[in-house]
Amino acid sequence: MKARAFSYFRPATITEALTVFAVAGGEASYIAGGQSLVPALALRLQAPERLVDIAHIDALRGISLEDGWLRLGALTRHVEAHDDPLIAAHAPLLALAAPHVAHPAIRNRGTLGGSVALADPASEFPAMMLAMGAEMEIAGTEGTRRVPADSFFLDLYQTALEPGELLVAFHIPAAGPEHRCAFDELARRRGDYAIVGCGTMLTMSGAETSSARIAFLAVGATPVRARAAEASLVGRRLDSETIRSAQAALAEDLDPPDDEQVPAAMRLHLARVLLGRLLGSLAEAA
Amino acid sequence: MNAPLGALDRPNSYIGRSVSRPNAKRLLAGRGRYVTDLVLPRMLHAAFLRSPYAHARISAIDLSAAQAMPGVRLIATGADLAKLCKPWTGTLDHFRGMKSPPQFPLPLDEVLWAGQAVVAVVADTRAQAEDAVEAILIDFEELPPVVDVDAALEPDSDRAAAGLDDNLCFGLKLDSGDVDAAFAAAAYVVEEEFHFGRHTAVTLEPRAILADWDASEGRLTVHHATQTPYQFQDLYSRHYGIPEASVRVVAPDVGGSFGMKLHVYHEDMAVVGLSVLAGRPVKFVADRMESFISDIHARDHRVRARIALDAAGTILAMDVDDVTAIGAFSSYPRTSAVEGNQVVRLMGAPYRFRDYRAELSAVFQNKVQTSQYRAVGHPIACAVTERLVDMAAARAGLDPVAMREKNLIPDDAYPHASPTGYRFEALSHEKCLKRLTVMMDYERLRAEQAELRASGIHRGIGIASFVEISNPSPAFYGIGGARISAQDGAIVKVTPSGEVRCLISVTEQGQGTETIIGQIVADQLGLPRERVRVITGDTEVTPHGGATWACRGAGIGGETALQAARKLRENVLSLAATVLQAKTFELDMRDGVIVDLMTGAERISLAEIARIAYFRSDTLPPGTSAQLSVAHHYAPQGYPFAFTNGIQGCHVELDTETGFVHILKHWVVEDCGRIINPLLVDEQVRGGVVQGLGAAFFEECRYDGNGQLTNGSLADYLVPMACEMPDIEIGHVETLTADTALGAKGCGEAGTAAASAAALNAVNDALSPFRASIAQIPMTPTRLLRALGKI
Ligand SMILES: Cc1cc2nc3c(=O)[nH]c(=O)nc-3n(C[C@H](O)[C@H](O)[C@H](O)COP(=O)(O)OP(=O)(O)OC[C@H]3O[C@@H](n4cnc5c(N)ncnc54)[C@H](O)[C@@H]3O)c2cc1C
Repeated sequence: MKARAFSYFRPATITEALTVFAVAGGEASYIAGGQSLVPALALRLQAPERLVDIAHIDALRGISLEDGWLRLGALTRHVEAHDDPLIAAHAPLLALAAPHVAHPAIRNRGTLGGSVALADPASEFPAMMLAMGAEMEIAGTEGTRRVPADSFFLDLYQTALEPGELLVAFHIPAAGPEHRCAFDELARRRGDYAIVGCGTMLTMSGAETSSARIAFLAVGATPVRARAAEASLVGRRLDSETIRSAQAALAEDLDPPDDEQVPAAMRLHLARVLLGRLLGSLAEAA
Repeated sequence: MNAPLGALDRPNSYIGRSVSRPNAKRLLAGRGRYVTDLVLPRMLHAAFLRSPYAHARISAIDLSAAQAMPGVRLIATGADLAKLCKPWTGTLDHFRGMKSPPQFPLPLDEVLWAGQAVVAVVADTRAQAEDAVEAILIDFEELPPVVDVDAALEPDSDRAAAGLDDNLCFGLKLDSGDVDAAFAAAAYVVEEEFHFGRHTAVTLEPRAILADWDASEGRLTVHHATQTPYQFQDLYSRHYGIPEASVRVVAPDVGGSFGMKLHVYHEDMAVVGLSVLAGRPVKFVADRMESFISDIHARDHRVRARIALDAAGTILAMDVDDVTAIGAFSSYPRTSAVEGNQVVRLMGAPYRFRDYRAELSAVFQNKVQTSQYRAVGHPIACAVTERLVDMAAARAGLDPVAMREKNLIPDDAYPHASPTGYRFEALSHEKCLKRLTVMMDYERLRAEQAELRASGIHRGIGIASFVEISNPSPAFYGIGGARISAQDGAIVKVTPSGEVRCLISVTEQGQGTETIIGQIVADQLGLPRERVRVITGDTEVTPHGGATWACRGAGIGGETALQAARKLRENVLSLAATVLQAKTFELDMRDGVIVDLMTGAERISLAEIARIAYFRSDTLPPGTSAQLSVAHHYAPQGYPFAFTNGIQGCHVELDTETGFVHILKHWVVEDCGRIINPLLVDEQVRGGVVQGLGAAFFEECRYDGNGQLTNGSLADYLVPMACEMPDIEIGHVETLTADTALGAKGCGEAGTAAASAAALNAVNDALSPFRASIAQIPMTPTRLLRALGKI
């Protein structure tokens, strides 16, 4: 299929982008890496009258570390999440997840901003933003605001972004040596969207877990934090009994959808297996 | 009859050598010319409105808005095209009692599957045609779809199409020996119900066609991504009433076919009519979504089968019931019954037993048609047989290898008639099994398996013997009334500068047909390979022939080329003898030079002979006949099919907590007779294995209860990818067919034939400590977790 006709704009600044979008009266769409939007256009699942290409706005780029926060511009590419040393050091969950996101050709173009703005519940990066407690910097015609990941993902493909608002950057509390991170997912083929995936970030004090953040992908309408499982870890040694109780706690955290291919019970089962393996690997790494 | 083809060490001895493909560089350099690349003056583009329902009546069509859209040149409905094109019916005479609804390019009043093309729009660009498709209004009156095969066979079932008395397209019963007595006397009986999913070919290049009707000359030229140009020349001629000689079908570079590109598709037939109506060239290229809902699908069987054994584990009898769901039509012109027919005839093929009974039911339903796809019927027969043989081995307390040693047809027992009605000239099951166990290091694998089980790692080892059908004679289609040739033709000619061109009816879709034909011609003539050019795929240029399907390119096309080249060689040497005043039998050609046969002394070059023949015939003695072009045809005459055989082994690791399977390694030993190009044979086998493993683990066209395909995209339909594929090691045994001088049989389907069976056995082997089993492919994590009782 071929996309329907559209007009194309390439603003150089955030302000210009917001304006060009606003005057289209709701019939516009931002395009960043195009790795989700272009297929949707070609399949005529989406047919905006106007494309606003944000890929040339410098203010949306850049990776920097300041005051304990890692700032990633929305245009940071998947491949940078895969390769960048600052990200590897301070947002290791992104680096661990990146090899599981699609394939090199797509990672070369796809952006973190596009992935998070789209908020596909099966996507890796949105769930990792949740696991890392990132904050999203958002620009609109009214000004700029910051929304924590915990209140950013609202429903299936729905986020705190209002129509026309731009995701500008991610602010991520920089991880340090006291953090232990692990990511894995179960996908039928390398690079596919997973049946279930999980990122885990533990803060250790001595042998005990002092805080934990665990986020799952592909278990519901949004990326999901496993708060009961997190709580079951805190203040305890990471032994097999603790791990089992965290696995059991997932029944409270997850309410996966039932579909014919992957019944709800299977997803919950796999989520438990995955969490068990991740925590097991963190325990071993200790 | 196998005259020695010559030692590998003489110059130009290309048969048996791994030479590279002359066309590979061109394709890699992006210089391929696929139908999609072709642009003709005044060319238009077609797009189709497709039925959203699996079964519906068309009550009204409103084209007015669409007709006013920019760029639109023509909109045609079923009624418009039915005025030009005679309908077709997918039956063959030798399948007695077979029926199928008549088909038109576009339906007149009833749609029979979700995705069926209903209205065609022709516009200046594809995008404009698609815009106009969105503006067409159709009132559909939904009818109950037939989706479940068991329900379809109930007497009061809804019918998949108006006018059908029932939903049975074709039924067949085979009965040889006394099956009931054999089962009554058996020491053990094992039985299982198997389910095989639907899958589809997913060629890299989708279907593509560009039809160009020239009213001034009454000539139709069709550029068509097809395996079988002559078959389509005949069909376009007869269905559109254009004399055959005025129809030209050209298959340029074709990007994969696997059997999918030899069936008549409604859109393709429509495009010919659209070109006639528009008076301009019209192109249609199926996009990936269209491919999933309109390319033929394959398999879709439910098989109940059992075998009877004596106390020592000898197979006595087999009893099979295959129900296969074929979609709303039987495909044309090869039908949708060949698959089922081959399933019931290939059952138990590698084994020695006498009593056999089978029932086949090919059932209509409101889904895309199924039809011939690589290894037609083979994987089903092989998986059923091999799984039952493993189950029987377990019952009899035999290792799977020992079980096969006991029951395979011995290598010295040929010719052999199978109880299913086939005749095998010479197969090599025992040799292949021996070779395989060595390659796999079978004993070591078993020891390792036992060790790892103790530490909770569950590996499985599966093997599967198979028989493959190749080199089909007219007994395949001709006998059933289809105008599908079993013979091939070649023209081999010397150019004035002493190069050779071979125009041949077999075709190339990426498998290397042109390469092996060039090897054979150069080898037989005694010419450097670079001086032979092979030309295929144009009905205006090559002789008539069957082209490429059912593993016939090497065996039949190759023999045609060989015989043609030998004839030309005789002509060249006889002319050289005249020029040199020598005797033909004293001469030979080596590296393009006519030499003295005994001493090898150079006498005269081929180029010089050609120069004399073409430009200085006045210097030849009167009456000399300088025939430097030869046309030759060859059809198989001995056995109706040249059967081949082999065996595969699969090693997997099952994650019993997740149901995921890691395929560790795969082995194949296969016997395709004479190997013309080992590299190409190995790659054919590997590609086939990958498609078989795709079927075993990944590929499935899934439908919901309304007959809607729910995973018709490459995001949702899982084709096997490199990361998940194991190393595939290949060994060979060469048992030549004595029916030809070349001795070659097919190899293109061998990999697909048994890969899924070996995988099924391997996974079941891994499941065995849990007293769990699976009899359904693809073996998805969900199905495996269910088998394990984890969900
Ligand atoms: C074959 C294939 C496989 C894939 N596999 C995976 C996978 O396994 N896991 C995975 O997570 N993803 C996968 N993807 C999707 C890929 O990661 C996309 O790149 C990503 O989802 C979108 O990023 P993008 O920059 O390409 O966004 P685009 O496609 O350009 O845009 C996506 C959406 O986000 C909006 N948008 C983009 N940037 C902004 C912004 N700064 N502010 C506001 N809105 C914005 C756009 O308007 C659009 O609605 C796959 C894609 C393909 C083609």
